[in-house]
Amino acid sequence: MKKEGQIRIPSGCAIAAVISKDGKKMSGDLITQAMKPMHVRSNGLGGGFAGYGIYPEYKDFYALHMFFDDRSSRISCEAFLKEYFEIVHCERIPTRKMPQITDEPIVWRYFIAPLKSMLANLQLDEKELVSRIVMKINKEQNGTYVFSSGKNMGTFKAVGYPEDVGVFYKLEEYEGYSWTGHGRYPTNTPGWWGGAHPFTLLDYSVVHNGEISSYDANRRFIEMFGYKCTLQTDTEVITYIMDYLVRVQGLTLTEAANVVAAPFWSTIEGNPDYASRRQFTYLRTVFPSLLVTGPFSIVLGYTGGLMVLNDRLKLRSMVIAEKDDRVFIASEEAAIRTMEPNAGKLRAPKGGEPVIIQVKEGAY
Amino acid sequence: MGVDFIYPEFEVIRNESRCIACRVCERQCANEVHFFSPERGIMMSDETKCVDCQRCVSLCPTRALKIIRSDCALRENANWPDSTIKEIYRQASSGGVLLSSMGTPKAYPVYWDKIVINASQVTNPSIDPLREPMETRVTLGKKPDKIRRGEDGRIVYELPPQISLSMPILFSAMSYGSLSYNAHASLARAAEELGILYNTGEGGLHEDFYCYGPNTIVQVASGRFGVHMDYLKAGSAIEIKIGQGAKPGIGGHLPGTKIVGDISRTRMIPEGTDAISPAPHHDIYSIEDLRQLVFSLKEAINYSKPIIVKVAAVHNIAAIASGIARSGADIIAIDGIRGGTGAAPTRIRDNVGIPIELALAAVDQRLREEGIRNNVSLVIGGSVRSSTDVVKAIALGADACYIATSALLALGCHLCRTCHTGKCNWGIATQNPELVKRLNPDIGSKRLVNLMTAWRHEIMELMGGMGINSIEALRGNRLMLRGVGLTEKELEILGISHAGE
Ligand code: SF4
Ligand code: SF4
Repeated sequence: MKKEGQIRIPSGCAIAAVISKDGKKMSGDLITQAMKPMHVRSNGLGGGFAGYGIYPEYKDFYALHMFFDDRSSRISCEAFLKEYFEIVHCERIPTRKMPQITDEPIVWRYFIAPLKSMLANLQLDEKELVSRIVMKINKEQNGTYVFSSGKNMGTFKAVGYPEDVGVFYKLEEYEGYSWTGHGRYPTNTPGWWGGAHPFTLLDYSVVHNGEISSYDANRRFIEMFGYKCTLQTDTEVITYIMDYLVRVQGLTLTEAANVVAAPFWSTIEGNPDYASRRQFTYLRTVFPSLLVTGPFSIVLGYTGGLMVLNDRLKLRSMVIAEKDDRVFIASEEAAIRTMEPNAGKLRAPKGGEPVIIQVKEGAY
Repeated sequence: MGVDFIYPEFEVIRNESRCIACRVCERQCANEVHFFSPERGIMMSDETKCVDCQRCVSLCPTRALKIIRSDCALRENANWPDSTIKEIYRQASSGGVLLSSMGTPKAYPVYWDKIVINASQVTNPSIDPLREPMETRVTLGKKPDKIRRGEDGRIVYELPPQISLSMPILFSAMSYGSLSYNAHASLARAAEELGILYNTGEGGLHEDFYCYGPNTIVQVASGRFGVHMDYLKAGSAIEIKIGQGAKPGIGGHLPGTKIVGDISRTRMIPEGTDAISPAPHHDIYSIEDLRQLVFSLKEAINYSKPIIVKVAAVHNIAAIASGIARSGADIIAIDGIRGGTGAAPTRIRDNVGIPIELALAAVDQRLREEGIRNNVSLVIGGSVRSSTDVVKAIALGADACYIATSALLALGCHLCRTCHTGKCNWGIATQNPELVKRLNPDIGSKRLVNLMTAWRHEIMELMGGMGINSIEALRGNRLMLRGVGLTEKELEILGISHAGE
């Protein structure tokens, strides 16, 4: 059977997320618990989490989380990393042995800083270098896979049910100001750990529920700009699109959302506001190939915030609720109630309407 | 007679018991096949002149007529088919180059027919176009590489010139001269009503049609017929025609018999002279020359409209397209070997060039590999026969399709492939006023609008089935396609998987 990345595997999913607008830290146990009532939305073939603000002691370094098939892949990858980066600290990511999670690869993390000489040499900025190297490792080094590469954030994922994955990675030992979680329901899978969500690049992480019909149009377009879709998953291509629009093209998150889930032409034409009409028209005209169609709901995590977005027809569920400084997001209300029984202001954002939750400046 | 005699290709079968000798067929056939015999009191036919255009059949009030392929044949020979032998007789007699019209009748593989389209089941919902919005609008033109922001942080809305189409189809270049006034009027009016574009071809623009400017592409070909300042400014895009799928490597040819009246004025050449465009543009011997022509035209119209460069699909098309994409062109139009023509040397039409599907796939892929797909839009033509051909073309990577033969069929063309004789009985490819009258532009434009509306509905149905609600999300979406009965190599070039994979 072909491995994920050699073929495209459709899947359905469960999503949950929580963020503190005051930047207050929450244990990863909260998000692990949130996945439990949505058990049936996953089928045990992939679960994962992303936490922000979890590595305060290494916050100035890129945290690479990696899977290795064996010791020799790790040794050779380390040698490769040292050509570009200073490795400030590295260690095995602590996990629990448990019967629900099997066949684990070697899971390590590296805190790295790009070598100044290398940056000057290649005339690249830090982020561009890190993203290129991540892309290169994932494309070229068999048996090695980088699944998280941002600063002061990290992804944890595995084959299994999400609530078990959280226990496996001992998430209760981490404290973050925002968390996203994901349970996967792939229609078939060779059970590869890299295929689980969240998918990340630098500090962007995406959890996604849906199967986008524009996939190959998006993929073939974004690959023109140095991205390589090694996994053939929607989440991967959406992450690259967001990175391209926000980091490379300098769009705001809302503008990027207006590209990805662009309003219909008829809606644009009916918009009474001239300035927004021009802006929508411009973005649709310039980036037609980055329009994403088909059902999706995503939560995009980034340093200092979360963005929630549905496809423009709202073909996937997604609800939001609040309590004090916390905002909760999930595919089902039950997940929110697990995190906070008294959450209020429950609402379902409209299709194509981005909801951005930003942590107070200086609080993250 | 004698050695040169070729038994007529078609037989006119007249059911005597039905024929009322109304002589409609006689009046309708410009080839003068039918005549009344006063001695015998019946209608008779000279089948040597029949081209099987079906005009008489369509108009016979008693359905007394039918045209069938003659079964008088030479002795069967796989290596020497009947047609090949007869062509040799003709050339031995005339010493001339064989001429034909419309697209090649040779059985080249039609890849459209070996590609199937996807639909959603379970994992992803299909979308009902009757209940949900379904967008077919496309915008052609170069897209900017980088978003710029002004001092105030706002996006600067700068954009190279674009053309917007209500659906991804344009009427391809067919000159006034090769087509009749009424055919052009039909195309122009339909384009306007549909919110798409038609193309003047290389014969200039009749003064009556300047009012359709926003829906017009004006063409500049190697003969530069009818090109002047007002003409260049008249349309919403300018197309530089380098080549045409039916006759790559040679120029256009309009016989002097068609250069009459308005046509000579529009083309700005004397009446009765053959309008022969040179094979190359004599100011383009290389890619850097093309760049200069592109920019001279842009200067002339103040950079206000996109420039299209149209080429025939030939072996090295991917590299050629990449060169064009870097030459300042906004849109590349590629025409495949099965494309039609008003007149072309038979041997060239039937043997030179490559199928459009392969050319399109190769070009789209190459432009992406070079990271310049966004520099240009890609319009393809050369036998796009239905809404599914359009959908497959878009999914392979085209921005839009040029159609010509399909449009003529809508106007009544019966594909008799004798346009070059100027005696089109359907009033399309002729300048004979009596024949031109037969095509009523009110009806013609209506039929074109009908055809495009029907295709648009079908495109929306197919998109909805795939769970796609904007044509933009279909462009280059090759995962939506699978090949059936194609070799590894063909699949590799088309960039698609085989059905079942
Ligand atoms: S040329 Fe056309 S109109 Fe004349 S006989 Fe043949 S089919 Fe009829
Ligand atoms: S346009 Fe007229 S002459 Fe040409 S193929 Fe069609 S019917 Fe025949």
